[in-house]
Amino acid sequence: MTARTDPWSPTPTRILRVRRETRDTFTVELEGQNRAFEPGQFNMLYLFGIGEVPVSISGDPGNPDVLVHTIRAVGTTTLAMKRQAKRGSALGVRGPFGSAWPVRAAEGDDLLIMAGGLGLAPLRPVMYHALRHRQRFGRVTLLYGARSPEDLLFRSEHGRWARKDCVVEVTVDRAGPNWVGRVGVVPALVDVTPLDPARTTAMLCGPEVMMRFSVRTLEARGLAHERIFVSMERSMKCAVGFCGHCQFGPTFVCKDGPVLRLDRIARLFGKREI
Amino acid sequence: MENLERLLREHDFLKDLAQPQAASLVSCVKNLRFESGAFLMREGDEASTFYLLRRGRVVLEVDVPGKGPLVMESLGPGDIVGLSWLFPPHRVHIDARAVDPVVALAFDGGCLRGKMEEDHDLGFALTRRLLAETYKRLQRVRLQRLDVYANP
Ligand SMILES: Cc1cc2nc3c(=O)[nH]c(=O)nc-3n(C[C@H](O)[C@H](O)[C@H](O)COP(=O)(O)OP(=O)(O)OC[C@H]3O[C@@H](n4cnc5c(N)ncnc54)[C@H](O)[C@@H]3O)c2cc1C
Repeated sequence: MTARTDPWSPTPTRILRVRRETRDTFTVELEGQNRAFEPGQFNMLYLFGIGEVPVSISGDPGNPDVLVHTIRAVGTTTLAMKRQAKRGSALGVRGPFGSAWPVRAAEGDDLLIMAGGLGLAPLRPVMYHALRHRQRFGRVTLLYGARSPEDLLFRSEHGRWARKDCVVEVTVDRAGPNWVGRVGVVPALVDVTPLDPARTTAMLCGPEVMMRFSVRTLEARGLAHERIFVSMERSMKCAVGFCGHCQFGPTFVCKDGPVLRLDRIARLFGKREI
Repeated sequence: MENLERLLREHDFLKDLAQPQAASLVSCVKNLRFESGAFLMREGDEASTFYLLRRGRVVLEVDVPGKGPLVMESLGPGDIVGLSWLFPPHRVHIDARAVDPVVALAFDGGCLRGKMEEDHDLGFALTRRLLAETYKRLQRVRLQRLDVYANP
């Protein structure tokens, strides 16, 4: 086991497996080294000689033997990771950092999990947690949307989750005639979901605009901001509240977030240039 | 008849409509079934029907030359299908295809327009609901158009 005393220095960590998820997204499984984490937290992943990026943990919090990250290749570091990450090679890991989804406070409640695109990655640990402790929650509902059927993440798991007494509603923004599932945006799924505002905790992650539109539909169903949690994944550098890169008004995403309760940021949510 | 009135009042679109108003609509409506794959309406047809979906899923699709049919949105129980019956020239703009066995309440558009003209209170109640549905649809389309999952 590796001690993690210095949040500034990455621990070289061996890759056990790399799995292709979609055209631009892949999952790396690293040696867990017994790192405990809370659903919603992230690590800083360092590709030696290239760069370091914050990436949410997408694996099972009940299995400390593997550390799982799902990465979309979008720029310098993540594209290089996609090329270079191989079984047996290593990534530097610092973390875990950040706030977590309120899975304990939400016990006894219905869970409404809303994910768009890659936003399912930091919410998958919530699914694993909720299904492992299914009796601690009321209704568990996942509303998930992606750009197209080919962009859906973790497809093989959706059916498994649905079989474990969880409602899984999937939608895509666009599709050809062979897709028999839903076509439309994630907020539209709220309309087809039973929702008791007095006992629902909602957890949202996805592009900010998708979260804003989703929040509006949840408000319309009477859900209070105190019951809505969002993960703000603004870009960051240091991850320890030092550099100001990820500042969101008075909030540092890295230090106070990424998971934030909506009433604490509602004033800023959707405002320009903060 | 009474049964149709109950079905009408049970549908999300007509929820809380006054009983006499719902009763007056019964003569315009039929309960229809569609096999999976059947079209509820096709682009270019005369727009004569307004559907309230009760069961099954329907996709709205546009045929794009070279690409084939592109699905714009899927709709299900509680949703409405068809707006072109309301305005001249009453032409359908988009294909609506059942992807499941579908059950829908089908209004004769001309009959419904007549009722709305005759009784402006009813006309106002329905117009308001149609506007609310259209606005919801517009918001979805806006979000879809933003293509939020595209590369950053
Ligand atoms: C808390 C947190 C958790 C995250 N979790 C994940 C995850 O689980 N999986 C994953 O793939 N990514 C995640 N990200 C985003 C990831 O950190 C960035 O995609 C990465 O830093 C891009 O680095 P790069 O060098 O590859 O790209 P760059 O060359 O730095 O940038 C490429 C493009 O991506 C844009 N970009 C960079 N960062 C972000 C961002 N945070 N949001 C939107 N656009 C951005 C840039 O503006 C640029 O246009 C997370 C970010 C945060 C803050």
